[in-house]
Amino acid sequence: MPRDTTPMPAGLIPAGEQSDGGRPRAAFRRGLREAVGAPALVLFASYLGFGALVRESDLGVLHGLFSTATGWALPGQVILVELYAAGAPLIAIAAAVALTNARLLPMTVALMPILRAGLWPRWLYYVAAHWVAVTGWAAALKACPRQPRSERLAYFLGFNATLWSATLTATAAGFWLAGSVPPLVSLGLVFLNPLYFMLVFAGDVPTRLRLYSLLLGALAGPAFHLLDPDYGLLLAGVVAGTAAFLLGRGHRPGASA
Amino acid sequence: MSGPADFGTGFWVVIGVMAVGALVTYAWRGLGVALSGRLNTASPLFVWVSCVAYALLTALVARMIVLPYGPLAETALLDRLLAAGVALGLFFATRCNILVGTLGGALVLVLLVWLRG
Repeated sequence: MPRDTTPMPAGLIPAGEQSDGGRPRAAFRRGLREAVGAPALVLFASYLGFGALVRESDLGVLHGLFSTATGWALPGQVILVELYAAGAPLIAIAAAVALTNARLLPMTVALMPILRAGLWPRWLYYVAAHWVAVTGWAAALKACPRQPRSERLAYFLGFNATLWSATLTATAAGFWLAGSVPPLVSLGLVFLNPLYFMLVFAGDVPTRLRLYSLLLGALAGPAFHLLDPDYGLLLAGVVAGTAAFLLGRGHRPGASA
Repeated sequence: MSGPADFGTGFWVVIGVMAVGALVTYAWRGLGVALSGRLNTASPLFVWVSCVAYALLTALVARMIVLPYGPLAETALLDRLLAAGVALGLFFATRCNILVGTLGGALVLVLLVWLRG
């Protein structure tokens, strides 16, 4: 891949057409539009479940909105609310959230070279990184390499602006719904969370390592929770994940990495 | 519950916990920008981290289905397992449509609980 990343002075705001023929403003609007569709709908439904979970955990709607705006990665948000509601200590919550979201590091590492363009200041990438989460990330990996470099970051930001608004709306809507529909229906709303994650896993390409992690994690989750509700989830993840890792390596004696 | 009571110390304690959660989450993203292009994400360390993240999340899903908190705890385990089974069935029958699977499974749980009265 050619390195066309000559840094330009910070604060430069690109107006019209860029040297590579890209139009960042139009790309931002295109991102806004293209995010409207199946992925946003799925995210909307899953954040409805999150909003309902927030209500059922006796937290306020502002807590849900704050979590969605600043956390912006559903697994960590659900883990935080679940563990907090169960009365787990802060250190256990922080460690579980950090471990779950560690996948954001390799995701960001993979995406940034694609979004990089000389016309944007470096700090803007640190701002944009806040919106790295699986739906927008996968869409950008697919769409951006075909776009002029000057359009990619704008497209990514536009795409995520739609997703962000949709999830904030859904968080509030789920919270409101859980308090207005019959208790029976709000049961269904809260149950959206585990079902959604279960299906995300079910649709994944089943590598041997993932299969081990999934099976061992599913067994360890309830078992370690009975052992210790505070640290059970964290322990289940570390023990089952490490066991899966070791098992998977055992099956590939010739693998060097 | 909403109202002025939410804005007491409890409100800010929860915001504080969520801010810590946001901080440890952003740390990975910020580090990703700093290290982009200079990190081998196929190294054993990353493979291990991804195994742990997967296991942690399935552990949560299994716990939420088998040993849930709150109102879900009053539903029957069999109903929750059946609903999860229907969600999986719908998902694969519709060529991996997450929306249909998720909503269908939740609907089945509501129906089963309603049928039990």
